[in-house]
Amino acid sequence: MALKLYDYSLSGSCYKVRLLLDFLDLEYERQPVGFYPEREHRTETFRAINPLAQIPVLEDDGIRLRDAQAILCHLANKYDKSGLWLPRQPDLFGPIMMWVMFASGELMAASAARLHDLLGYDLDIKTARRNAHFAFRILDDHLTRREIEGGTWIAGDHPTIADVACFPYTALSNDGGIGLEDYPALRNWLRSFMRLPKFDAMSGISEFA
Amino acid sequence: MAVTTDRAALNEWVACGWPEKIAPGGGYRTVLLGQEIEVHRIAANSFEAFERNDRGELGRKLPVQIKYCCIFTTLGEPTRPLPKIPEFEEPDRRITACGSVGVHTSPFRIIENFLDMAHFSFVHTDILGAPERTEVLAYKTEHRKDVDEIWAVDCQFYQPAASKASKGGQMTHYAYRVMSPFSVMLYKNVFDDPARNDAICLFVQPVGETECLAHMPLALIDRESALTSIVDFQQTIFAQDRVILENQRPALLPLDPTIELPTRADASSIAFRRWLKAKNFQFGVYEKKAA
Repeated sequence: MALKLYDYSLSGSCYKVRLLLDFLDLEYERQPVGFYPEREHRTETFRAINPLAQIPVLEDDGIRLRDAQAILCHLANKYDKSGLWLPRQPDLFGPIMMWVMFASGELMAASAARLHDLLGYDLDIKTARRNAHFAFRILDDHLTRREIEGGTWIAGDHPTIADVACFPYTALSNDGGIGLEDYPALRNWLRSFMRLPKFDAMSGISEFA
Repeated sequence: MAVTTDRAALNEWVACGWPEKIAPGGGYRTVLLGQEIEVHRIAANSFEAFERNDRGELGRKLPVQIKYCCIFTTLGEPTRPLPKIPEFEEPDRRITACGSVGVHTSPFRIIENFLDMAHFSFVHTDILGAPERTEVLAYKTEHRKDVDEIWAVDCQFYQPAASKASKGGQMTHYAYRVMSPFSVMLYKNVFDDPARNDAICLFVQPVGETECLAHMPLALIDRESALTSIVDFQQTIFAQDRVILENQRPALLPLDPTIELPTRADASSIAFRRWLKAKNFQFGVYEKKAA
């Protein structure tokens, strides 16, 4: 087994993959990509690896995958013998995939705000922050319902790839100038996530929150 | 955002980008001390900078210097040249810029954090400091009047992974050097060669009083690591600082020693604040409101 991750330390999307690799106790080779300021992901060499010019990319035994969410599904499907990180029972599988898609869709507004504030990306920061708040409201409402039901995680009794996919850009919201004061259930969930065994905080995550 | 009226701030050379940011023939806009400017790359090694007004018209032409992987300009009349950093001329050094990183706080909070060793074990845990070895040993600070720089010397701190080149923990020896109110650097001994020092700079571009861009040129002794890994290491460290910096209150730096009480480990901070006060800095400084 040889896993290789094309990785950038400050990328929240790469962090999703690093988190699950750690939770599943998987060894991997790390290939740093000069995302900033070199913009190595935009070079012809890297486009040969991923024509979408995005990180992360995972290579696993002859399979090459792009998209953090697809990689999470692959890792859980192939390596998690317990089935806890990606349950197949019908009442959980669908909701989990729904929130995984949410992480790659609506929640990415928080990533855009962060790229603007941290690395100077030229984009409409007001729209990015407004859309991020919209996404956080949706997730906070869901987690409030879960709390009332006695649950901690996005779906089921164990953290899943839905939690892993939604965690990074929520926890990094401060990097993009977005406070989580209005989302108490979101903050409870972040704290529970940070207490998981093998959890590692990437740069920008305030463990004191 | 209004341009500052603080002459002390206007009269400094300030980093405002790095040359590779623009292709020859191109340009970019940025803000300095509240003034929007436009930088053009006329040819491979030729740059120009102009003030830009609210109507988008270019005004006064500004002086430009390219040095230490950065583009420098000034809005005033500098009283001192750019600092001399001979390490950037040494042929065997790995020289790189790390881009620029936005930070919402006073430029002086960023400089002070760079000078501080007490946070290593807590903010850069298992990299620049170990949780069980948190003591900041006594060090000396000096105001070198001939060059008007603040230095902190004989600094040392135990570090599990002092740099990308490290293969284990070491007692790292540091010297810190504040070269201007907006620029600071450090020398730290190299992992496998005690005779030489890595040189790490931090040039702060004050966009406004509580909004900055941090430029981090490096001149390192490291024959093995890929440049990408060196930059990755440095950015990882700085992003850990950034979240702390943006949560410090007040964001402006108090110069009155009764507002934030220093400990002995803060000797370099005390020297830095006194020096700013002597220069009568107003920009980026916290003023206590009368009761």
